[in-house]
Amino acid sequence: MTEVDLIILGAGPAGMTAARTAAEGGATVLLIDEQTSPGGQIYRSIQNVSDQRAAILGPDYGQGRPLAEALDHSNISVDYAATVWRVDEDGSVVYSIGGQARQAKGRHLIVATGALERPTPVPGWTLPGVMTAGAAQILLKSSGIVPERAVLAGAGPLLYLIACQLITAGFPPALLVETQTRGNFFKALKYLPGALRAWPYINKGREMLRQISEAGVPRYTGAKDIVIAGDGCVAGIAFTVAGRRYDIACETVLLHSGVVPNTQITRSLRLDHDWDDRQLCFYPRTDDWGVTSNPVVSVAGDGAGIGGATAANLGGKLAALGALKALGKIDATARDAKAVPLRAALSRETAIRPFLDTLYRPADDLRKPADDVVICRCEEVVAGDIRRYAKLGCTGPNQAKAFGRSGMGPCQGRYCGLTVTEILAEANGLPPSDVGYYHIRSPLKPVSLGELASLADDNNHEE
Amino acid sequence: MSSEYAIIGGGVVGLSIAHGLLGMGKRVAVYDEGDNAFRASRGNFGLIWVQSKGLNEPAYAKWTKRSAVAWQNYADELSEGSGLDLSLHQDGGLDYHMSEETLASTAASYENLKQNLGGAYPFEILDHKALKKAEPGIGPNVAGAILHHEDGHVNPLRLLQALAMEVRRLGGVIRTNTHVGNIEAAEGGYKLTLEGAKQAFAERVVLSAGLGAMDLGPKLGFKAPIRPQRGQVMITEKLPPLMNRPASKFRQVNEGGVQIGASQEEVGLDDRETLAITAGLARHAIDVFPALSKAKLVRSWSALRIMSPDGLPIYQQSISNPGAYLVTCHSGITLSATHSRFLPLWLEGHADTPDLTPFSEERFDVPAA
Amino acid sequence: MFQRLDDPSADDVSFTFDGQQLQARQGENLAAALIAAGVVSTRSTPVSGAPRGPFCMMGACYDCVVEINGETVQACMTAVTDGLQVQRVTGGVDD
Repeated sequence: MTEVDLIILGAGPAGMTAARTAAEGGATVLLIDEQTSPGGQIYRSIQNVSDQRAAILGPDYGQGRPLAEALDHSNISVDYAATVWRVDEDGSVVYSIGGQARQAKGRHLIVATGALERPTPVPGWTLPGVMTAGAAQILLKSSGIVPERAVLAGAGPLLYLIACQLITAGFPPALLVETQTRGNFFKALKYLPGALRAWPYINKGREMLRQISEAGVPRYTGAKDIVIAGDGCVAGIAFTVAGRRYDIACETVLLHSGVVPNTQITRSLRLDHDWDDRQLCFYPRTDDWGVTSNPVVSVAGDGAGIGGATAANLGGKLAALGALKALGKIDATARDAKAVPLRAALSRETAIRPFLDTLYRPADDLRKPADDVVICRCEEVVAGDIRRYAKLGCTGPNQAKAFGRSGMGPCQGRYCGLTVTEILAEANGLPPSDVGYYHIRSPLKPVSLGELASLADDNNHEE
Repeated sequence: MSSEYAIIGGGVVGLSIAHGLLGMGKRVAVYDEGDNAFRASRGNFGLIWVQSKGLNEPAYAKWTKRSAVAWQNYADELSEGSGLDLSLHQDGGLDYHMSEETLASTAASYENLKQNLGGAYPFEILDHKALKKAEPGIGPNVAGAILHHEDGHVNPLRLLQALAMEVRRLGGVIRTNTHVGNIEAAEGGYKLTLEGAKQAFAERVVLSAGLGAMDLGPKLGFKAPIRPQRGQVMITEKLPPLMNRPASKFRQVNEGGVQIGASQEEVGLDDRETLAITAGLARHAIDVFPALSKAKLVRSWSALRIMSPDGLPIYQQSISNPGAYLVTCHSGITLSATHSRFLPLWLEGHADTPDLTPFSEERFDVPAA
Repeated sequence: MFQRLDDPSADDVSFTFDGQQLQARQGENLAAALIAAGVVSTRSTPVSGAPRGPFCMMGACYDCVVEINGETVQACMTAVTDGLQVQRVTGGVDD
């Protein structure tokens, strides 16, 4: 059992900066990540990419490099290819490397496991050839593989980023199918003045749209009734814009309708969560230092609320400062002084969120699809099943799980939890905050019985 | 809201009773809490288990056997009404033993019960060789098993869903997300105070609220000497067929996963799963079925059973409040058939009522010094 | 389909998927290697037998599970080594 001052889960921007900040503050840090190298998803493979790939990915991606290099500090040890499958309330962690169990305990724990892409249940989304937009980006970052003539569908700035990266790589997408409407835009306008504080992002957005336009990639906005079709794999995508139905042949569809906090660990710890009506997701309740309803557990980065890489960087530093104070390595005055510029920068970084969240708010039919659409990919439960369970008295996702097995598969609700919560909320006329979310328990990721058994106390051979 | 029967608690016990009462033409309302209640029904194992029950109380063994015999017809009726297949299999069940000593002593206790039941207790002792023929997947360290031919298993989630559908289809009213805060005698029956200060009325009340009986029971004059007992359960990824019969601690569910459990822990109202117990369960599973060592555990969960002091059910009509009944047990799946078929006869004071006096609360009286 | 940005002739290891020999880079992501090799569907679901392929590439969705040495593993969390033998998962794991 490894014992350290601080355990950090996740080596993305929040985790990497938290590790360095805490290490410099005198804390011993164990950083654990399930990939084979640091970066999380946004800076995935940052230490392994060729210059050619880095150029395609753009200058923002390069910002991850110094963060990864900063992990080289005597107070930091990093375990890679490590899958965390159990976290306990006292800050102890069980993880798996190469099928072998390891245990570690920290006096404080920072959860920096980031975000997941929001499930985008459209008809045909389970066909081979459909992936998340993030998946395409990972294929590019980690392996230098790109789709030919992909169709990008959904809403959100990540669609534009990936479109631009594909264009730069020489394989422009066939088209963009975007679900945001003029109505979204008008509602978002009231947030634009505030968003102008983050004007570099607005500029970046405009630059991306310009690049997409110059590359001749068509954009269809206000798209509805998206259907992906094919026999055994994707053959095409259909959608409606302004009353006209389009049918496009393609082999690859990249879906994206935003990212949401990954709450598996925080849920397994039974921490308090709140529902964000603008971002349409749950997030763990945290104070200014990222501390949750368990005083030894903090959350930093997108896992605490979607804000992007730079916000995650700042949040990681703030969480580390909070942890240093909790560990007695820094006093409150010094902690607060260091936090001042971080908070100012964080406020600027997150200024654009209300505008973006409103503009790219995922459409209702992307979150609460028609009855025959699969919403639990693992167990192949359809939306209509969930509505039926609501009629049978299911007011929450755990009863729906008991009736229909949604959430019982290996992904443990990562790609159906929010959908089930929202469908039940609508069916029962309740707010999502009242409906709640799946109960999440260890193992956080499937683990072999052999590995679990290796941790059995030799005294308790058989009860 | 007014009914002949108010059933407090919409888990497997309450719904089974409601189903039976509706079949007798009664007007029934079921009051159930919400998604975050303890819901012991979530912790069940899916076994319809005769062996090991009532070793010290033959009446319980008989009650259990009666339920097992009634299960096929009960399942057929639920299937026909709901359209759901309950995956009922009653081809016998196994109790694995890792040592000859425990195998022999358990067999001796079964033999003793068999005598008390006049021989109606069909079990066999399988030594390792015989067991290996029946279950090729077992490991070399398994000493043997006891096979009881009346044991079986069912898909408990389908059972719950079928009951929920059938109770509604037969005209029962189910109020979910509805905590019952108080029950008091009123003219002609009982007044229930619900959430939001709403009220409901019923001529009779059946308290099948699991751990909720600790709070509501005394209001109706019950001792309700129940306590929570935690059981942790786990299930693997879907696997090719590995087990022919269910066992007390293992069963391969019809969807393919192997379910492993359960613990028996006295930890109060703590329904968390723990590393120590799940690791121990995994170790035992591999001892019995070595091929499980590579199988991936996908989920573990735990639930709080309702335990009486001697582990037997409690069926009690309130002495101070006739028309109020307490029903509690920890074998809700096994007894579901009898709770639908025969318990309502007792509630109604029917001529064919089963004799449930061995299960009254009176057995818990401490004799006067 | 999918193209490699780097020189495709630089493929330097081979592995098999359901007995079919495929080329990849040493140590590359198995899911990426399968996609680059044109394998679209890497498993069939246990519930309905529906075809699935890699979806999230970040170890979260479990749609890319394959069988290696009698164990189900996520292809997107596995590195290719020379001679690696990978099987499709259809229903349960075959021992």
